[in-house]
Amino acid sequence: MNRVAVTGLGIVSPVGSDLEAFWSAVVGGRSGIVPLTIIPTGQLKVRLAAQVGDFDPRLHFDDKRLSVLDRFAQFAVVAARAAVRDAQLHFDAELALRTATIIGSGVGGQTTTDDSFRRLYADKVEKVHPMVIPRQMLNAATSQISIEFGLKGPAYAVATACASGSHAIGQAFHMIRAGIVPVAVAGGSEACLTVGTIKAWEALRVLSSDTCRPFARDRSGLVLGEGAAVVVLEAWEHAQSRGAQIHAEMVGFGMSADAADITAPSLDGAARAIAAALADARANPESVDYVNAHGTGTLLNDRTESAALHRVFGTFVRRLAVSSTKAVLGHGLGAAGALECVVTALALARQVIPPTANFTEADPECDLDVVPNEARPGPVELALSNSFAFGGLNAVLALKAVH
Amino acid sequence: MAVLDEVKAIIANQMKTPAEQLTPDTPLEGLGADSLDLIEIIYAIEEKFNIDIPFNANQQTSMPFSTIGQVAEAVDQLVAKPAS
Repeated sequence: MNRVAVTGLGIVSPVGSDLEAFWSAVVGGRSGIVPLTIIPTGQLKVRLAAQVGDFDPRLHFDDKRLSVLDRFAQFAVVAARAAVRDAQLHFDAELALRTATIIGSGVGGQTTTDDSFRRLYADKVEKVHPMVIPRQMLNAATSQISIEFGLKGPAYAVATACASGSHAIGQAFHMIRAGIVPVAVAGGSEACLTVGTIKAWEALRVLSSDTCRPFARDRSGLVLGEGAAVVVLEAWEHAQSRGAQIHAEMVGFGMSADAADITAPSLDGAARAIAAALADARANPESVDYVNAHGTGTLLNDRTESAALHRVFGTFVRRLAVSSTKAVLGHGLGAAGALECVVTALALARQVIPPTANFTEADPECDLDVVPNEARPGPVELALSNSFAFGGLNAVLALKAVH
Repeated sequence: MAVLDEVKAIIANQMKTPAEQLTPDTPLEGLGADSLDLIEIIYAIEEKFNIDIPFNANQQTSMPFSTIGQVAEAVDQLVAKPAS
């Protein structure tokens, strides 16, 4: 079995699309949650989100390319370019044939869908843009990245709602470990901040109208976000032989299904995914230093996730630092797990544990060290990144520091 | 139909319980209503009466009612000021 190196990180995020700006905001607890300005908010009750406010697609794509790119695919390609640049990887014809591309998304080209349906149903225009289908399809991000770099190996999209990014990266990790491919470009992308999508989330009654305060007693719900994160994963020898920088080693991936409620999380399902990631990494609970929590800031998630961590870690939960970076990044659905994988890799590379921002007071039902508001120096040797999706589909990644 | 009867009909439909068995004192929890039932009931009432019922599933304290009678009272008050 191959060891797997994380050699490239790329993001498009509500707190910047430059890795240093992103990390600085995450560590400083500077939230990207702002009043929505990228869409009309007249019909909305909830008017805040972690939007990517400074993204100008024309700086990244010419008109011809843009005509086939929904916002979620734009994010994905820009993040993939950054990750490949960060990895300093050149895809020659032989490597391109053996490189996998796996990108997760919860809802795909929602901006395109929303716009074209509004033309038909509200504006009563009889025609929609001819590229609506290739823009909105859930695999568009994967296909566009594959086309961008000429990657011709295994390629597909993963849809597991809020765990899509983690499932995509985990699948790529297993593929490299098993020797199927030496390199993979994997991650998640989401651009779900449309009027139609936000109305639907409002109807679920889980959105906060002020901000996201994961694990805090006075939490008021989740705040939607958007963005993308892409990582380059490589077989260890492949990375070493070309002298690549290695941010972290990916060592485990655990999956589970709740087979219970379509929206409410399950303690059992979450705990089984965490335990599966530890088993896959051949690691003991006492060796884990940090968990980047799913931590959405909803009552049900935060309490269930706390209980699951207690079940898996037992008394060792006391030495565990647990933070949710959704207070800064919002909940980017299919991008969330990928963005949080990047946060976790950086925590290991920089030996800094990012805080849970916006924290007020502890919820006795979430009895964890949530690293309130202030980042903390390591050591961080082994870390997990949790993702628990609507539909009861769970994915947990395990990453290890490289010295 | 009186507000109470409309509310009973909506809850009876959601919980698959005969409306005749529901009284103002019937607790929603006693009918086995979970959080998804509750938000579907609230949605049906909002549609029926064209009102907004403030409810955030993350703030237990904001749970606006526990019995069917309390639901009907809340609706009575909100009907006076229709949704914007």
